[in-house]
Amino acid sequence: MRFNLRVKNRVAVIGAGLTLFRRRLLETPQEMVWIAASRALEQAGLDFRDIDCVISGSAPDAFDGVHLKGEYYSEGAGVVGKPHIRVYVGGGTGVFVPVAAWWYVASGLCRRALVVAEEKMSSAAEPHPQAVFRHIWDPLVEKPLNPNLIWIFALEMHRYMHKCRVSKEDIALVSIKNKRNALDHPSAQAAADITVDDVLNSPMLVYPVNRLDISPVSDGAAALVMVSEEWARRYTDNPIWVAGIGFTLDTTSWTNRELSFPVYVRNAAEMAYRMAGIDNPVKSIDVVEPYDPFDYKELHHLEGLGLAPRCGAAKLTREGVTARDGDLPTCPSGGLLGVGNPIAAAGLMKVAEIFWQLRGEAGARQVKNDPVTGLAQAWGDLMQAGTVIILRR
Amino acid sequence: MVEVAVIGMGYSGFSPSTPHLSFREMVYEAAKRAYIDAGDIDPRRDIDAFVSCQEDFWEGVSISDEFAPEQIGGVLKPVYTVAGDGLQCIASAVAMIKSGAFDVVAVEAHGKPSEISTLSDIVRFSFDPIYVRPLDLASIHALQAIEARAFMDSFNISKEALGLYVVMSRRNGLRSSRASHASEIDLDTYMKSDMVSDPLSEHDIAPFSDAAIVAVLASDTVARGYSDDLVWVRGVGFASDIYTYVFRDLSIDRSARIAADKAYKMAGIDSPKSLRNLVVELDERYSYKALQTLISIGLAGPDIARDLESGVFNRSGAIPVNPGGGALSEGVPLEAHGLARLLSGYEQLKGRAGSAQIDDAENAIIHGWRGFATATSSIVVLSR
Amino acid sequence: MGMFRLRGGTSLSDREFREIVKESSEPRARYSMTAGQAYSRFFEGLKNGVILGTVCDSCGMVFIPPKIYCPYCFRSVSRWVESSGEGKVFTAVASYISADVKPLDKPEIVAVIKLDVPGYRFDNYRFPGIMHRICNASDEDVKTQRIFDARVRARWLPKEKRTGSINDIECFEVV
Repeated sequence: MRFNLRVKNRVAVIGAGLTLFRRRLLETPQEMVWIAASRALEQAGLDFRDIDCVISGSAPDAFDGVHLKGEYYSEGAGVVGKPHIRVYVGGGTGVFVPVAAWWYVASGLCRRALVVAEEKMSSAAEPHPQAVFRHIWDPLVEKPLNPNLIWIFALEMHRYMHKCRVSKEDIALVSIKNKRNALDHPSAQAAADITVDDVLNSPMLVYPVNRLDISPVSDGAAALVMVSEEWARRYTDNPIWVAGIGFTLDTTSWTNRELSFPVYVRNAAEMAYRMAGIDNPVKSIDVVEPYDPFDYKELHHLEGLGLAPRCGAAKLTREGVTARDGDLPTCPSGGLLGVGNPIAAAGLMKVAEIFWQLRGEAGARQVKNDPVTGLAQAWGDLMQAGTVIILRR
Repeated sequence: MVEVAVIGMGYSGFSPSTPHLSFREMVYEAAKRAYIDAGDIDPRRDIDAFVSCQEDFWEGVSISDEFAPEQIGGVLKPVYTVAGDGLQCIASAVAMIKSGAFDVVAVEAHGKPSEISTLSDIVRFSFDPIYVRPLDLASIHALQAIEARAFMDSFNISKEALGLYVVMSRRNGLRSSRASHASEIDLDTYMKSDMVSDPLSEHDIAPFSDAAIVAVLASDTVARGYSDDLVWVRGVGFASDIYTYVFRDLSIDRSARIAADKAYKMAGIDSPKSLRNLVVELDERYSYKALQTLISIGLAGPDIARDLESGVFNRSGAIPVNPGGGALSEGVPLEAHGLARLLSGYEQLKGRAGSAQIDDAENAIIHGWRGFATATSSIVVLSR
Repeated sequence: MGMFRLRGGTSLSDREFREIVKESSEPRARYSMTAGQAYSRFFEGLKNGVILGTVCDSCGMVFIPPKIYCPYCFRSVSRWVESSGEGKVFTAVASYISADVKPLDKPEIVAVIKLDVPGYRFDNYRFPGIMHRICNASDEDVKTQRIFDARVRARWLPKEKRTGSINDIECFEVV
């Protein structure tokens, strides 16, 4: 893959905001977006009027129950006679929205961009929000088998367990860590202090996946303010810079490849490392928010990102390396397992967490290694999409 | 500053139904042609990133970007989707190239409305779920009919004026091989046609069609290596007006106006009318929309009816509009319609528009609207 | 903020949610999708009890389910090939719930099957494979990972019951 390093303009993140993440929120998609956006603007010291572009992301329309839902919720982001674009790459969307915002600002087409992500899964009330995922399969070859979404994760998780000789107990440690980290997150929906036995004894859905291996269904929104260098200098003394972006998409045929290693994440990460001038990610990345809709995915993604050796992430977790006070703090926010999983908003929440960690504004969640460089990553589609952003202070 | 050129385009379809090909096979065909047109490039080697414009409910798949990469050659390379009209994907590609991080970006959009059995219901599902959808409007064109009436009242536009436009554009369509709905109709026939939602009658509303279109954009450094005869993207702009219908000014299209202002500014254009050898390709999925757009983007004033009568927008006029026909003749392939207009503009500037060719076409203003329930428009300015 | 406090949102219980919902609608979304050239022939094959794929001579990859193009080389595929209908379990799980998260009486065993295509060899990085049910395995076979790499063979519906669907294969059986 070719990737130029002729990038001249720097882009900064100067504010972030979240709604609560909850199973059901009273607020409409427009109102949720407005709350998250208002909070991000408040932190940045800007008003809706100062914004010249809105870049948004949201995953399936079927959750909110509105076709063309980007048009619908855009009003909550102050889109009244402004450029607005909605991008998506399934679950990878949340981390991808600031990636797209990056080139809108770096190109000079936009100078002060509002970046929002939203998902209201409670609107898909009957029979269960997961029913929406029935329609993500190949309509002709897979859907007639009447698959449940969890099948695909269970198939991947079990392949990973088989190939890497990782136990369910090892994997459960991720859920425990992230749910505990989330106790310190004000938006968290699924924070808890639990044990390995709690995970293993929670209802078995699709072996090897138990209920507590999975993040919850959520409503929520997240927002960032991203601006050109010139504007960043005017608004703040401590901008956080976008140092690298990366994204790739594999084929739809997820049954035609090795599932134990996410090549698409590796490619996306390599693209971002190259742009950020990082040769040795283990040395350079101080704090990381890999995508964790399922606990095994955190391990899988740490390996894809090259932050753990292949099949080696479980060991790092067992040894406390990925704990908040460890050498590689991983999901200090509490991740999707602890904070919640309003799909696109959850990914953007991870970027917001890296922003706050690099600013030293994460409060009780603040990691101890005085981080300079952080990375957020998300995954999406049928084991296909990897999206990565690297921020630096 | 990095400049951006369109170095190749290709398409497949433009017919009311395409049962022999899946949408992916159609896109593959369009992509192959676009890559050959760009100088026989190999997307696996020569293209840095890919953008696909599509929407889940049009596709019948949740998270439809799953199906984006293969047929355009994007597997395991940077690929993403935009929920928008194809011209918004063009704007994204321009931003990517101007950022300095990408040299060659392919853009794809497709629509297969023939496969949507409940198209009207899908359209209704895009209306505001609390305030508009429960009204269960009998005609999906009702909101546009209200807008048409507001526009016509504001500028004293008669039904005949709409008819003059429809007669002109559908006749232009006879010159295009992509216009399966083109026909020679006269004003009298138009005036007698059945009303769908007053003031819009059947001839005012474009039908649907299936199509896939691919465009390849490149930075100036790379583009010059492929050809000396390039079509440049001088300006892009897109904007959305407020979503809540009752809060909008319905007389003009503010989204088109703002999109045009941004595109003209980027292109350094003070007066779009003064562009030399101009061709305009605009979204005419409703006849009134074409006229409303011409005013909104500064190509006509309040006396537009007079311009129509005097033939300003005819093929031989000062500002030829859709000289090979537009949506009324081609049909609307959903999110691909903006690229259909871009394709026609590109062919004009390349001198490859066949019997639709306008001599010496040098500049093109391309307009796309996102259609039903949206107040989102895009403008692209092309130059030879 | 005037009347409305800027707060993070208002959490609702299931009961409160049900009380507050004022508008309820269901998408009336129906599609009649063209199978396309590749899948049309694939389904025709299933009716006749064969699993068809396509092969790209440039990279040697076999596509099952088939494609008319090779996504890795971006060229048209070279020809059709037949799987023997046998293969190996690449990964497998035991599902205790239905598609809409209702409990099942008996767990359903589901697997990704790496298919054999006579004359071709594949590594584990890329290979022809499909997802399907395994009918003569238990959840214990899954939990002990005994089922990994097990040889399996397609069990077909009787010819008169086949409709040209992936479900013409009733399931795969461990041999």
